[in-house]
Amino acid sequence: MNKKVRFLQGNEACVEGAIYAGVDFFAGYPITPSTEIAERLSEYLPQRGGKFIQMEDEIASMCAIIGASLTGKKVMTATSGPGFSLKQEAIGYACMAEIPCVIANVQRGGPSTGNPTHVSQGDINQARWGTHGDHSIIALTASNHQDVFKMTVDAFNMAETYRTPVILLFDEVIGHMREKLVIPEEGELEIVDRLRTSVPKDVDYHPYLPREDGRLPMSDFGGEHRYNVTGLFHDMWGFPSNNPKIVNELLRHLVDKIDNNVQAITRYKEHCLEGAEYILVSYGSSARSAIHLAQNRRNKGEKIGVLELQSLWPFPTELVREKCARAKAVLVVEMNMGQVLTQVKAAVDNPDRVFLANRIDGKLITPSDIKRLLRVIQGRGV
Amino acid sequence: MAVKDYLRERFFPHMWCPGCGHGTILNALVHAVEELELNKNEIVMVSGIGCSARISGYVDFHSLHTLHGRALAFATGVKLSRPNLKVLVPMGDGDALAIGGNHFIHAARRNIDITAIVMNNRIYGMTGGQFSPLSGPGVKATTAPYTTIDNNFDVVELAKAAGASFVARSTAYHVKESTELLKKAILHKGFSVVEILSQCPTHYGRKNKEGDAVGMLELQKTNTAKLGSKALEDNPGLIPRGIFVEKECPEYCEEYDKIIAQAMKGRNS
Amino acid sequence: MAKKKLLEIMINRDWCKGCGICVQFCPTKVLELDGREKVVAVRPEDCICCKMCELRCPDLAIEVLTQEGDKDE
Ligand SMILES: Cc1ncc(C[n+]2csc(CCOP(=O)(O)OP(=O)(O)O)c2C)c(N)n1
Ligand code: SF4
Ligand code: SF4
Ligand code: SF4
Repeated sequence: MNKKVRFLQGNEACVEGAIYAGVDFFAGYPITPSTEIAERLSEYLPQRGGKFIQMEDEIASMCAIIGASLTGKKVMTATSGPGFSLKQEAIGYACMAEIPCVIANVQRGGPSTGNPTHVSQGDINQARWGTHGDHSIIALTASNHQDVFKMTVDAFNMAETYRTPVILLFDEVIGHMREKLVIPEEGELEIVDRLRTSVPKDVDYHPYLPREDGRLPMSDFGGEHRYNVTGLFHDMWGFPSNNPKIVNELLRHLVDKIDNNVQAITRYKEHCLEGAEYILVSYGSSARSAIHLAQNRRNKGEKIGVLELQSLWPFPTELVREKCARAKAVLVVEMNMGQVLTQVKAAVDNPDRVFLANRIDGKLITPSDIKRLLRVIQGRGV
Repeated sequence: MAVKDYLRERFFPHMWCPGCGHGTILNALVHAVEELELNKNEIVMVSGIGCSARISGYVDFHSLHTLHGRALAFATGVKLSRPNLKVLVPMGDGDALAIGGNHFIHAARRNIDITAIVMNNRIYGMTGGQFSPLSGPGVKATTAPYTTIDNNFDVVELAKAAGASFVARSTAYHVKESTELLKKAILHKGFSVVEILSQCPTHYGRKNKEGDAVGMLELQKTNTAKLGSKALEDNPGLIPRGIFVEKECPEYCEEYDKIIAQAMKGRNS
Repeated sequence: MAKKKLLEIMINRDWCKGCGICVQFCPTKVLELDGREKVVAVRPEDCICCKMCELRCPDLAIEVLTQEGDKDE
């Protein structure tokens, strides 16, 4: 069979992944460098009977996709920096009310309006803690278009599996770079569809009562089961409650349903990691430079490898500890002031041997940027 | 079906204070729905945050209790993704026109088929009596101990200017009229706005010497007059009640269906 | 139009919060608050079945039951 091969931007690869996963509804507000996602979906969605709406702002966009998800649709929104900040309250709502949805954040330089057309990976912690209150979240990323596609499909699948918002943390370089994408055949990748309740009409349906496997079957608005959805702590019917037992159990459930599944959620790739003495931990576009450097050095006989993280939250602590256990030094390569660095230091046995190779000036970190630091660590001078 | 069949009786008595106008608006709304004999499975009530917003917990529809000010944005997602549903959005005055003002004008501009009900008690009830964008100047509130200097919106004028295709106003006192207006608004195709003057005896009445709920209802009677009435002609300072706009305009979801038809044709040819 | 006949004024005492709205605005003064601030129909014979008490009650605590066939003619 000849597969569909495309040459496109990362933002378009994300759109292709969303369509493969079955997106029905998109609401958004234009912002560089994510806008192409909205533009392509405004064209493709109605062709498939889906709906696209440009809302009055990012808050409204986030709220609209939650509303649409409740009618049984697969939904997404896309944004960058300032827009991601505006969405935070409603992302928390989706966490609390357990509404499946996907949010793509194509990162640009911040804070504030920052460096709109330039790359950054400064929103890693915001993805984790942007909304107020305790909660857990899933955030995925990718360093090439094939993986952008795959992670977008995974994001939709995880949103359904765990009834949660899933954040796609891409960056400006990935979003705008053009490269090849081979679109998988139908059926080649697993698609998780909405799990709908089998509770028949006139029998009490509990929207927030987990099954044995932990999944919570849903019932579409407009269907036979009428229930309540709220951002307040709520009982198994969805009605507000401040009963300490209910509050305690719900908050634990919201965190545990994700944190206890860190293994199932973890996505990563190894590049030349076998026997590596120096390990570069990286993700997104900065991983491209790390991989380039490692392959180059390996060819010259140096034992350098890359652990490329594709799921950032929940943070794959065990994986990082295990993979880095025998490394002489670990270098976290990222384009921020050390957001993943903190996680890696907390994960490994010897945090003193974890270093940061970063760049925060809006330029893509290069293999030679990384090499310079690596030489210092290796004691080979500057 | 009886009115009670539209209520979630297990949550009564409700949380509103004695004499709160929001209860009367709930009463009018369930009567309207009952008289229209609507199917409960086809109604979604979306509300924000505030005393008013608690209304969605008391009705036996699909109910979505959202964020302060954002009800219409959530409702837009519900409606556009499933246009066959009746979407009712009751909001407090702060909810609808302070934090939610932007969503309000844009929902009206799109003329999306949603019924917005502004439960206007001219105060922030839930947070304890701060002034709202509908309080108007000269009002005492917990954040205006020397009285307000802020001008107020006129909900009707705002909704008209923003493009709502059905705009009406009544009061909790005129409950039969409110019920009739709600029925018309619900049946109207397009964005409909019904402002219902409500009373918050707890935080507004006492502070502003309007008395208890009974006293406040008396004022709703004496301070308002029906559109086209002699009373209004003689006293143009009274607040007019009735239907201000009722027109047919292209509705958003129907227009989007045309886009779908066009996009599909382009794809198949 | 046949005059509606009152069957019963049903008051849900668990829901009534004693706000006095129904008492004040009943055109024939059928209703009163008792010592426990709950409404009672003290003069049901005067009721003209206008149902304004039922419609205005913020607590949905009153239902005026009238003879069948009274649904606005
Ligand atoms: C983002 C946000 N800001 C502020 C609040 C606090 N808050 C809750 S309700 C409310 C105002 C309520 O007033 P109104 O909307 O007029 O409704 P009412 O309670 O009078 O019915 C405010 C400010 C909030 N919940 N969320
Ligand atoms: S505080 Fe005011 S608005 Fe809130 S329930 Fe009490 S009377 Fe009603
Ligand atoms: S209006 Fe309702 S709540 Fe108020 S006194 Fe009468 S029955 Fe009681
Ligand atoms: S139905 Fe009318 S007359 Fe009878 S008690 Fe109620 S308000 Fe009074």
